[in-house]
Amino acid sequence: MRSVITVVGKDMVGILSKVSTLCAENKVNVIEVSQTILQDMFCMIMLVDLSECNLKFGDFSDKLSKIGNEMNLSVHTMHEDIFNSMHKI
Amino acid sequence: MINTRDILETIGMIQDEHLDIRTITMGISLLDCCDSNIDNACAKVYDKIAKKAENLVKVGEDIEKEYGIPIINKRVSVTPISMILAASGGDPVKYALALERASQTVGVNFIGGYSALVQKGFASGDEALINSIPEALAVTEHLCSSVNIGSTKSGINMDAVALMGKIVKESALMTKDKDCIGPAKLVVFCNAPDDNPFMAGAFHGAGEPDCVINVGVSGPGVVSSAVAKIPDGNITDVADVVKNTAFKITRMGQLVATQASQRLGVPFGIVDLSLAPTPAIGDSVAHILEEMGLESCGAHGTTAALALLNDAVKKGGTMASSHVGGLSGAFIPVSEDAGMIDAVRCGSLSIEKLEAMTAVCSVGLDMIVIPGDTSAEVISAIIADEAAIGMVNSKTTAVRVIPAIGKQVGDEINFGGLLGSGPVMKVNTFSPAKFISRGGRIPAPLQALKN
Repeated sequence: MRSVITVVGKDMVGILSKVSTLCAENKVNVIEVSQTILQDMFCMIMLVDLSECNLKFGDFSDKLSKIGNEMNLSVHTMHEDIFNSMHKI
Repeated sequence: MINTRDILETIGMIQDEHLDIRTITMGISLLDCCDSNIDNACAKVYDKIAKKAENLVKVGEDIEKEYGIPIINKRVSVTPISMILAASGGDPVKYALALERASQTVGVNFIGGYSALVQKGFASGDEALINSIPEALAVTEHLCSSVNIGSTKSGINMDAVALMGKIVKESALMTKDKDCIGPAKLVVFCNAPDDNPFMAGAFHGAGEPDCVINVGVSGPGVVSSAVAKIPDGNITDVADVVKNTAFKITRMGQLVATQASQRLGVPFGIVDLSLAPTPAIGDSVAHILEEMGLESCGAHGTTAALALLNDAVKKGGTMASSHVGGLSGAFIPVSEDAGMIDAVRCGSLSIEKLEAMTAVCSVGLDMIVIPGDTSAEVISAIIADEAAIGMVNSKTTAVRVIPAIGKQVGDEINFGGLLGSGPVMKVNTFSPAKFISRGGRIPAPLQALKN
C-alpha cells in the first residue's frame, strides 16, 4: 500500500533526515518527495510504499506523529486513495 | 504524484474544517430472530447483533487510522422491533434491554430500531411497542426509537399522531432527572427511509438485505469555508462551489463505505449525502446560510438559501457515490448546531420558520426544546403539520421535540455530546385539541396516485 506523509510547520534543520531515517529503518520506500515553503511554513510531502514495512501501519504512523510532536510539526500519514478518490474522477 | 494543493486541501478540511465521516451504520435484519417465546427471541436478537457487529468498531477504527479521516460514530440499526414483538407478544422493554446489552457488547454509540411503522394503522405489536417507548428510553442509554406515522402513499394516521404527542411528553417526564433525554432519542417520521444511517431515526427496513453497511457523511464546516472563499460570487457561483465541495466530501464517504464493506464482508448499502452539524464551532449549517449573506439564520431569505444548499449538496453528492439513500440533505437540528442555537437566542429563528425550512431540506423539526408545559395535543399538532409537509412533498419529514419539564421559554437545557444544548423555544399554545382528538386518517394525497 502507498501512503502520503505530509509535514507542515516551521522550517528547521533535520526534518527530511528524521522522517526518511524512520522510513529506512522500517523498510518503507520513499517514492517521491516534494517540499515547498508556503508563507514561511515548511511543507513537505512524501509518497511512500509500505508494502515491505516491518511495522503495522498504525504503529508506523504513530512513530511519525511522535517525531512531529518532538519538532513541533504537524505530521499526517494517510493512504493515498483518500486523495485519489477525493480529487480525481 | 498527487497535486500538492489537493493534498493540503484535504488535510485542511480534516484538521481545520471538521470534515469527518459522521457514521458507519450496520443494518442488521432481525426477522430470523422471531420466536413465540419472548425470552428466546431476545436471546436470538442479542446473539445475532453481537456476532454480526463483532468487528464493526475495530474496522471503523482501522479505517480511521489508515486514511487519517475521523469516523465519529459506529452504530447499528435493526429491523423495527414491533415486527419481532408481533410474533412473541410480552413486555417489549425486554427487547429494549437486549438491544442495549448488545450495543454495549459491540461498543457502538447508538443502536436504532425500537420502532414501529403505523402510517396506515396499528398491526399486532405496534401499539404495545409505542406505549413502551417512554420506559424503554428511560431504562436504556444507547437505544433509539422511531415511529412512522404517515407517508405519501398511505396518508397520515391521526390516531398514531394523537398517541405520539402523549408518548413524547411521557418520555420527557420519565427522564426529567436526566435533562429530559428520552425524547431526544425518539423521532416521529413521515416517509421514513429504510436505509437511514443517522440516529435517532435509523432502522433496518423490511426490504433490506440480511446485513448491510450504510455510511453518513458530514462537513458543514468545509462547505462554509468554501463559500467564504467567494465573498463576491453570485448565487450561481455559490451553488457551484457547494456542489464541488459536496462531491469531494461524498467521495470520501464512498471510499470509507467500500472499505468498511470489504473488510467486514457485508454488502455496501448506501451513502447518505447529508450535511450533519455538530455543536462544535465551525461545524454549523446555519453558518453556511449566514456565509451566503444572511445576517442571522432565520432571517427572510433563509428558506431560499437552504433550498439552494440542499439541492447543490445532492447534485454534487450523487455524482460521487454509486448508491445514494437515507435522508440525504442538509440537517437543521437546533441543539446540535452552534449557529442555530445563536439564532434562537437572538430571536431571529422561530419554530414557524424552522417548519418552513423543513419543506426544502432534510429532515424536519429536529432537536427543538419546547416548554415543559406544552400540551400533548400541541405536540401532536406539530407532528401532524410536519407530516403533512412530508406527505404532500413526497419527502421525509420528522419531529424530534424535547419538552423540557419544569422549564420555560428562555431557559436552556444541556444534553451533552453530539446532542448539544438548546434554548427552550416559544410554541403557539392555541389549542388544536379538537382536531387531534378526531382521530382517523388523513387520506393519501393525489401525489400518491402515480401509477
